[in-house]
Amino acid sequence: MAAPLSVEVEFGGGAELLFDGVKKHQVTLPGQEEPWDIRNLLVWIKKNLLKERPELFIQGDSVRPGILVLINDADWELLGELDYQLQDQDSILFISTLHGG
Amino acid sequence: MCQVGEDYAEPASEEPPPRQPGREQKCVKCKEGLPVVVIRAGDAFCRDCFKAFYIHKFRAVLGKNRLIFPGEKVLLAWSGGPSSSSMVWQVLEGLSRESAKRLRFVPGIVCIDEGAACGLSPEARAKALAEMKLILQTVGFPWHVVALEEVFDLPPSVLRCFAQEPVGTEGAYKAAVDSFLQQQHVLGAEGAGDSPSLAQGEEQLSWPCTQDPQNPQSPDRPPTAAQTEALSRLFDSVKTLTAKEELLQALRTHLILHVARTHGYSKVMTGDSCTRLAIKLMTSLALGRGAFLAWDTGFSDERHGDVVVVRPMREHTLKEVAFYNHLFAVPSVFTPALDTKAPEKASIHRLMEAFMLRLQDQFPSTVSTVYRTSEKLVKAPRDGCAAGPPGPRCLLCMCALDIDTAGLCLPSPGCSEEGTGEWVLGFSSPLVPSAPLYLQTVPRLLGLRLPCICPRRSPPPHRPLHPAVLQGWGGCRAAVGGPGPARGAALLSQGGPPSPRHRAAVLRLPCEHEGLALPGPPAALHLGRGPAPQPELLPQGLHRAADPGVPG
Repeated sequence: MAAPLSVEVEFGGGAELLFDGVKKHQVTLPGQEEPWDIRNLLVWIKKNLLKERPELFIQGDSVRPGILVLINDADWELLGELDYQLQDQDSILFISTLHGG
Repeated sequence: MCQVGEDYAEPASEEPPPRQPGREQKCVKCKEGLPVVVIRAGDAFCRDCFKAFYIHKFRAVLGKNRLIFPGEKVLLAWSGGPSSSSMVWQVLEGLSRESAKRLRFVPGIVCIDEGAACGLSPEARAKALAEMKLILQTVGFPWHVVALEEVFDLPPSVLRCFAQEPVGTEGAYKAAVDSFLQQQHVLGAEGAGDSPSLAQGEEQLSWPCTQDPQNPQSPDRPPTAAQTEALSRLFDSVKTLTAKEELLQALRTHLILHVARTHGYSKVMTGDSCTRLAIKLMTSLALGRGAFLAWDTGFSDERHGDVVVVRPMREHTLKEVAFYNHLFAVPSVFTPALDTKAPEKASIHRLMEAFMLRLQDQFPSTVSTVYRTSEKLVKAPRDGCAAGPPGPRCLLCMCALDIDTAGLCLPSPGCSEEGTGEWVLGFSSPLVPSAPLYLQTVPRLLGLRLPCICPRRSPPPHRPLHPAVLQGWGGCRAAVGGPGPARGAALLSQGGPPSPRHRAAVLRLPCEHEGLALPGPPAALHLGRGPAPQPELLPQGLHRAADPGVPG
């Protein structure tokens, strides 16, 4: 049982266009049985934050190639990518490096 | 080998790749710091080592190529995007270092406002411009903001290739550096600070930031509605997104060159990153520009003669750029481009980008492999053509034409354009069209109505049109000695006759300027890349055709 988490989700490099132009989102993830990891977070983002064109952000169960993910200013590859367990007050940043966002 | 989405008997991607540095590891460089970013496959760097690595790469690329002489005026092409912003920031930092390692050129910044081409509303454009000006003022170099609409006012000289200045030899570079340092030393001893060569460096902060409003091309003179309308019409008349992107690039290049020439800049720096250049290389191959890869993706591009385009960011991947910008607060402005929110198959550029990035995800050495290959491309002929008279050049990209005069008819002097069935492919150097004529004909020619080339007045149906048509269109097959033409010819001859179904993803950039487009049957071209695509939707065909071509 995972307690509700409060995390900050931020978008840059043009990715914010898919989220109504809002770059920073302070979100509270509800408690659930499975612990929150990036995989679940992406599903949650797709359902709750993503306003349009999900295929431009998410591909399969991961982000689209070309979108970088930084967790607390560190590369997510160092932290286990999709399997990283979210902590309270984490900051997740998605930067799109695609041309035109 | 590197095929996206294919199943293998034993999927190699199932086993965890050997790279997977965890946070418990230390930075590979200093062995002490906490790693924050993974570069390449498995090298984790801490923040400081990453910064040093990044800056070192930038200086090394400039230093290795030794093209930028001390005191030279260099124009930085800034789009607001991450790579060019990073480049501007590197130049800013490089100019303010201690004197031994300081960068020694005189920079200026040019920014092209492309809002009209991308369909932005005037409010959005104004907002983006305001943000950009804020950053430009922070940076402090002399800046020029030019609206893309000014391309209608370009003089014909922009289409002329000026004689190339002789490339400095090694000795010349060293001598220039030594004399520059001596000069600085002398002036420093005298205490004078007015020399323009000293203006960069110690007096960097005293550059008047208001320098530009005195410039007749001041940004405060917004483009007229008529010009904006004309530009929108121009881009609307281009049917495919691929062609729009290519047109935008051509116009942008012309405009930047014009600004450089007007203000006396001899070099232009663009912020093309490694990833972008790798994608550009593959896209250029798909578009039939294989002969010009060395110019399009190399470090230096001298095709315009007097102004040389250099790409100092070509060894930085987009990931490194994005990380650096975030970690060290490099300001950048995001402006929507032509292909923002476009689906994956909207254009060849998008498709290739998706392809390369997906491949890069699974095989992290993809981009660097393509980059290394591009480094090996040699511009032919080697230091020969610079001395000789320039041959005919393509109107749009300024690369040398490869005209098969046997299959063409060139107009006789008294020949009028309409109704003769004859028209010019390419042009010989002395004839430079006026810019308005060029921009009038371009949309019509881009409108899918390329006339057929024929030795006689009627198009012989049995004759395979595509080689000549492609030459006419492409026009930019350089007179390359050696493998160039053979490869180009091989690419052309593999395809079948063009069919109208391939219109959707076809690029039509004409090279002729004289004569108006004749109302002939629309000639569809197929991409000069491998066998002709299957009759179904071309991008899929391209995708399939792409597989065997990827280097294993």
